[in-house]
Amino acid sequence: MQALYAQLLVGLINGSFYALLSLGLAVIFGMLNIINFAHGALYMMGAFCAYFLLNIGGINYWWALLLAPIIVGIFGMILERTLLQWLTGLDHLYGLLLTFGIALIVQGLFQNYFGSSGLPYAIPDQLRGGMNLGFMFLPIYRGWVVVFSLVICVATWFLIERTRLGAYLRAATENPTLVRAFGINVPRMITLTYGLGVGLAALAGVLSAPINQVRPLMGADLIIVVFAVVVIGGMGSIMGSIITGFALGVIEGLTKYFYPEASNTVVFVLMVLVLLVKPTGLTGRAA
Amino acid sequence: MPEVMTATRSPGEYSAAGTILEVRNLESWYGESHILHGMNFNVKPGEVVTLLGRNGAGKTTTLKSIMGIIGKRSGSVQFNGRELIRMTSDKIARLGIALCPEERGIFASLDVRENLLLPPVVRPGGLTLDQIFELFPNLKERLKSQGTKLSGGEQQMLAIARILRTGASFLMLDEPTEGLAPVIIQQIGHTIARLKKEGFTILLVEQNFRFASTVADRYYVVEHGKVIDGFANADLAANMDKLHTYLGV
Repeated sequence: MQALYAQLLVGLINGSFYALLSLGLAVIFGMLNIINFAHGALYMMGAFCAYFLLNIGGINYWWALLLAPIIVGIFGMILERTLLQWLTGLDHLYGLLLTFGIALIVQGLFQNYFGSSGLPYAIPDQLRGGMNLGFMFLPIYRGWVVVFSLVICVATWFLIERTRLGAYLRAATENPTLVRAFGINVPRMITLTYGLGVGLAALAGVLSAPINQVRPLMGADLIIVVFAVVVIGGMGSIMGSIITGFALGVIEGLTKYFYPEASNTVVFVLMVLVLLVKPTGLTGRAA
Repeated sequence: MPEVMTATRSPGEYSAAGTILEVRNLESWYGESHILHGMNFNVKPGEVVTLLGRNGAGKTTTLKSIMGIIGKRSGSVQFNGRELIRMTSDKIARLGIALCPEERGIFASLDVRENLLLPPVVRPGGLTLDQIFELFPNLKERLKSQGTKLSGGEQQMLAIARILRTGASFLMLDEPTEGLAPVIIQQIGHTIARLKKEGFTILLVEQNFRFASTVADRYYVVEHGKVIDGFANADLAANMDKLHTYLGV
């Protein structure tokens, strides 16, 4: 039974990363109509940013949680301003190819300088150790990742679905020309939205660093599963991404316990089934 | 092309002095398609000016060109003496120009309240929510409804209401009566008359000149992307035959 709970916890932690990353992808897809294949590389950059901050600047994990998303988010905004904005109005394929190319370049550069092996990033002192819950042992850092991710996801959902700024974002997703004609600087909003989505990826990278180590290909390993999560949840759906992210993490964890051979494919099997039944995803709207 | 009547002033003849909007040789393109071929007209403060014309004449494109939401345009559009031709639409809106588009542009992902509050206040002097609900009481009862779940008439009211909040003093209404029941058209007519009384300047695009005649001060007739005639509402009766020819009714 302990093994089941342990797998559930692993599932929840993976689900946290899936949710944070797919949320960022959903925000970017909804607003920019770009399938951001560079998301995994930006997640990796978040982890590396935390690593550099600690090892070069002596800046600890807590500050990295704040600074890494800002730094990588600014890098994302520069990407958007210099490259992605030119794709407005073009077929999705162009955005996908460009961001895939960016991902390859960024990952290649990091791999060139840091190799393929993982660099260690220590768990902060305050989050070391664990708690005995009676039915299982809970490492505190892992519990923190789940709770913190959930808080960030809910906050992002609130920002987009319940605030004036979110209303601008949603409206601009539907009809950017009209929103701009109301006096809102839509291009700047798009840049900031891309920065927000990238910042979420970087935040996931920082959270992941103490668990998975810091590796140039850490994003590449994850991004395909995250895309499956986004497709299942519904492209561009904020709540769909969050719920599906956590749910698929748990399903993957349970599969590891009950039928380990299928644990790497269960997400994709589910994706196929969902696409057969509801091509727009579980919470997606028809175009 | 029908001959321009001599009894009325020729297109664009109205003096530029004292105008709030001055459009000169405005040309616009959708991709390779040349739509406007040198529009000339003006609007004075507090007026309701109507652009009349058949489908495809270039009326809607004229409004979009003024608002800066057409990819390519040339010529001159001056608003209160400021040139708009190279401005982006968000900057144009912040000068106090608001567009109510033909397709109404109600956002499906926003409820009525969010739709209503979406356009930012660009300058003081806009209507308060209470004043808007006094004009359009239906909206108050539907605040929680999804914007696109409203009836066509309610959506039109919402589309007009949301630009009244912004403080814009120059309103461009594109076919506000299209597809609406007579009772709603009447309500919109009353609203436009009231806005005019409160000092708003309105540039209206209409095919329904019977409706336009109840609110307009002046008309311009648009054909093939050009103003081909213009007259005051007082001269409407004298121009009726010609108007029938222009509009093909």
